[in-house]
Amino acid sequence: MKDRLEKIVQGALSQIESSEQLEKLNEIKIAYLGKKGELTSVLKSMKDVAAEDRPKVGQMVNEARAAIEKEMEKKKAFFERKIREEKIKSETIDVTLPGKVRRMGHKHPNSIALDDVENIFIGMGYQVIEGPEIEYDYYNFEALNIPANHPAKDEQDTFYITEDIVLRTQTSSVQVHEMEKGNLPIRMIAPGRVFRSDEVDATHSPSFNQIEGLVIDESATFADLKGTLAEFAKKMFGEATKVRFRPHHFPFTEPSAEMDVSCFKCGGSGCRFCKGEGWIEILGCGMVHPRVLEMRDIDSEKYQGFAFGIGLERIALLKYEIDDMRLLYENDVRFLEQF
Amino acid sequence: MNTPLSWIKAYVPELDCTAEEYMDKVTITGTKVEGYEKLDDGLDKIVVGKINKIERHPDADKLVICQVQISESGESVQIVTGAQNVFEGALIPVVLDGGRVATDHSGNKVTGGTKIKKGKLRGVESYGMMCSIQELGSSTDMYPDAAEDGIYIFNDNPEYSKAPIGSDVPQLLGLRDVNFEYEITSNRVDCFSVIGIAREAAATFRKPFKPPVVKETGNNEDVNDYISVEVKDADLCPRYVARVAKNIKIEPSPEWLQRRLAACGIRPINNIVDITNYVMEEYGQPMHAFDHDTIKGRKIIVRRAHNGEKFQTLDGQDRVMDSDVLMICDAEKAIGIAGIMGGENSKITDDVKTMVFEAACFDGTNIRLSGKRLGMRTDAQAKFEKGLDPENAMAAINRACQLIEELGAGEVVGGAVDVYAEKRAPKKVKYDVDKINRLLGTDIGEDEMVSYFEMVDLVADRDKKEVTVPTWRQDVLRLADLAEEVARFYGYDKIPSTLPSGEAVAGGLTEKLRIEQIAKCAAEHLGFFESVTYSFESPKVYDKLLVPEEDELRKAIVISNPLGEDYSIMRTSSLNGMLTSLSTNYNRRNKDVRLYEMANIYIPKSLPLTERPNEYMQLTLGMYGNCDFYDMKGVVEVIASRSGLREPLSFVVSKRPYLHPGRQADIMYKDNVIGYIGEVHPEVADNYSIKEKTYVSVIDMRYVIEYADFNAKYRGLPKFPAVTRDISLVMKKNVLAGQVESIIRKKGGKLLEHVELFDVYEGEGIGAENKSLAYSIRFRDAERTLEDKDVTTVMDKIIDALAELGAALRS
Repeated sequence: MKDRLEKIVQGALSQIESSEQLEKLNEIKIAYLGKKGELTSVLKSMKDVAAEDRPKVGQMVNEARAAIEKEMEKKKAFFERKIREEKIKSETIDVTLPGKVRRMGHKHPNSIALDDVENIFIGMGYQVIEGPEIEYDYYNFEALNIPANHPAKDEQDTFYITEDIVLRTQTSSVQVHEMEKGNLPIRMIAPGRVFRSDEVDATHSPSFNQIEGLVIDESATFADLKGTLAEFAKKMFGEATKVRFRPHHFPFTEPSAEMDVSCFKCGGSGCRFCKGEGWIEILGCGMVHPRVLEMRDIDSEKYQGFAFGIGLERIALLKYEIDDMRLLYENDVRFLEQF
Repeated sequence: MNTPLSWIKAYVPELDCTAEEYMDKVTITGTKVEGYEKLDDGLDKIVVGKINKIERHPDADKLVICQVQISESGESVQIVTGAQNVFEGALIPVVLDGGRVATDHSGNKVTGGTKIKKGKLRGVESYGMMCSIQELGSSTDMYPDAAEDGIYIFNDNPEYSKAPIGSDVPQLLGLRDVNFEYEITSNRVDCFSVIGIAREAAATFRKPFKPPVVKETGNNEDVNDYISVEVKDADLCPRYVARVAKNIKIEPSPEWLQRRLAACGIRPINNIVDITNYVMEEYGQPMHAFDHDTIKGRKIIVRRAHNGEKFQTLDGQDRVMDSDVLMICDAEKAIGIAGIMGGENSKITDDVKTMVFEAACFDGTNIRLSGKRLGMRTDAQAKFEKGLDPENAMAAINRACQLIEELGAGEVVGGAVDVYAEKRAPKKVKYDVDKINRLLGTDIGEDEMVSYFEMVDLVADRDKKEVTVPTWRQDVLRLADLAEEVARFYGYDKIPSTLPSGEAVAGGLTEKLRIEQIAKCAAEHLGFFESVTYSFESPKVYDKLLVPEEDELRKAIVISNPLGEDYSIMRTSSLNGMLTSLSTNYNRRNKDVRLYEMANIYIPKSLPLTERPNEYMQLTLGMYGNCDFYDMKGVVEVIASRSGLREPLSFVVSKRPYLHPGRQADIMYKDNVIGYIGEVHPEVADNYSIKEKTYVSVIDMRYVIEYADFNAKYRGLPKFPAVTRDISLVMKKNVLAGQVESIIRKKGGKLLEHVELFDVYEGEGIGAENKSLAYSIRFRDAERTLEDKDVTTVMDKIIDALAELGAALRS
């Protein structure tokens, strides 16, 4: 009996060993372990075995079965691995074929620049507010210390609707609305469209965007103005950016300044981009003129502050090296998709 | 404003700096230099030469061979020239071998100039070139004695002819100089003059300021015997000063004066004209000269013009005045428009014997407005309209008279007629060291502050803590102005850089801006590119959009002084901007274009405008290419839901003239029309030259912002399975899918979870007048597993109700 079993096991193992396909294993399984299989027939012949030998023989049969099954599992795992490997091999693709793109739209370069500016100032605790684009002459000029017949009014080439209503020439008008609300302190920026009667060309547009800034509290100084705008310049144009403040004149600030940033193309050594100057003019700013505060019934002895005005298109044109302002209003998608 | 550095140095003698240093430093203290021009740019190795001998060229009729002496010691070079105006003995500028001239070979001025090398002309060696005034970088305008066409001959020039042979020509001609161009701000009227800028330069470099010394002039006659002045409108003429000079001898100015004017870009004319121009530059005070013999009654009257008064200005133009124009008149007639231009009838001619100098101060605003109304723009006017210092008038006229005497241009009559009703006194402004420091964020002591004041002649009284402001500083009125003086001379760059330490506020976007941002992002995710178009447009766009004559849309705000009709009204619809942008893309062959714009329209409350109009933010979407109406509809639905409109939109057939009559709808939300959607009317698309089907939608952000609700609440995920039933319905084509869906929703009751249209069919098998819609309907009960009979009951109700609408199950 023992010999017979060993022979069966030997036969099975050698068949498993020599099998070359997964399907063959099934046949072997049926041939040895199936209902009519050889091992099963050994079990069936147990009735001929002496009763006292049966447990021993039974154990031998079970061991034989286990030996075959173990070998079969091993072989099966081998085949499965082989099949997977072949499949994987056959699935190789050309990874350099183009990706399937779902085309997304892009923001306008103005908006990208504006988002940047807004995020910088929101990070410094500024509220972003809006004001009307069609504005009373008073808010656009007089309340900003630009009285009637002031030459500055002419300089700005205002579009008039009526004698008293204009297209705002500067977002500074939003300062007046904000001060009028009477809530101090103020830390705000106000982006928006402004209008000036300039013919359309590569560097001019009758409609463009400004971002006004205003801080009023009991202690804001010219030094704070410098620090705030230096921080803005670094965040906007890179950490290495240097700033330069030059005295200037605006009717609604005193002292007033213009801020230049070191040319972000050449770093300040002078290039074609900055016309050899190493500096690029970016914005106008200054300490809020006490008269502007007084006109809004804000105590100019107690409160002081600073204001600044940034030309959005100027930032966008410089930052993205766009050489013609008209491109911004044509909306050619080949232009827009570059940003 | 232009000044040559040499003129500044004349009044700041210790100033020693390069052009670059000068530009940087005065810019930093507030006199912004826009740029500068080195007058000797491109000039090198150019000396005075003398032609000793001229011979014919053996092989060229038009060339001559000159032997040119180039040093006092007799050194000589051979130069071949084609110039016609040379002669033996001529003194001329010579550029030597290896030197440079300002122009290129075609005679155009080039930066850095052009190198001149020895060479052969038709076989004869030439070691340099004789120069014209153009080749020296200037023109006969600036050097009236130079030949227009040919070599600059120095022999007749009283000064240049005396120059040693071999001496530096740019130096001789005053070209070793730099002309600066400044951007002077409107508050610094005093800096529109050489003296004003020199004062600033002196303060900037901490050097002494030495303005010209004007001595007393005039003979022992009395000016009052020659002329009297009556100012009738003192409000427009705070001061009028007149002086007289006789025995006038018109001739060219001396070279130094010509050179100073030329360096500023002013063309020298003759001594009298040059003196007025010189004083205008130096003092910033325009002056006018009248021929005394043309002034009737020996009297000058300053008065407003009569309405309709005709006057011929010295440019020969006839002009019509109005009563707000100030005139200079004699006893009988007008002889000049105050501050703008003199008259033809009193102008100085070469035969003038006696002349009257006028230095006046006129009201700046009046001059500006008069100039505008008359359509005139003169240099004098540009100065007057800034509002001049009346104190300056006397100083300037005395300077002019001094020059008349110095130049020997005439004999100045003693005394001045001065009509000066209200003398301008220097102002006093209090200073407060602590307040200035508190404003600037600095810690500057009183000594230092006072030193800055005094650098620009603001005289400080330390006991009274007060500064006396000279009359020329009209911009210094209060403490903040003094703070600026301190800041700019202390140095804007030295002021510390800090961040505000005051009470903070909570930063961020307003709710409106935040929702607009969300909607913009949604549009971008859906493939739309952001566009920006102008707020103003032409009234003709309404014709392009087929808007009827009396339509509300045409009630637009009109700009009274537009750039042209194309920019003359404030838009009441954002559609034209969008279609124009789409058209640009279409005509540039860009495929499948999707654009959006977030911008205002302007709706007047009444016309003509008496108060600010409403400004409504519009989200405008437009597209053409691989898309249809339902793509746009889907876009609108996604944007609306992303932007916080939590309930579904509904769409109601509409009648807008610019949209396809069968393919348009109002977009409804909570019973409001919040916008519209549709295919652009083919005729409109044609008007914009778009040859493809174009779809647009406009959403009025007012409603989105009003109804936006981002307050999401969690509902449990389903625990029990759903049952889905698909039905296919046949109905007449005019039955709307929206009607079908609303019946399904209504009858589906609370078990209904989801309805989706998955097929639309028209064609064979269902009859030509019919269409088929197929829906997938999903039911679910949150509390239990649905049984078949539950669903069948609901489905029966739905099908019965649909049958009433004429929609039957497709067999």
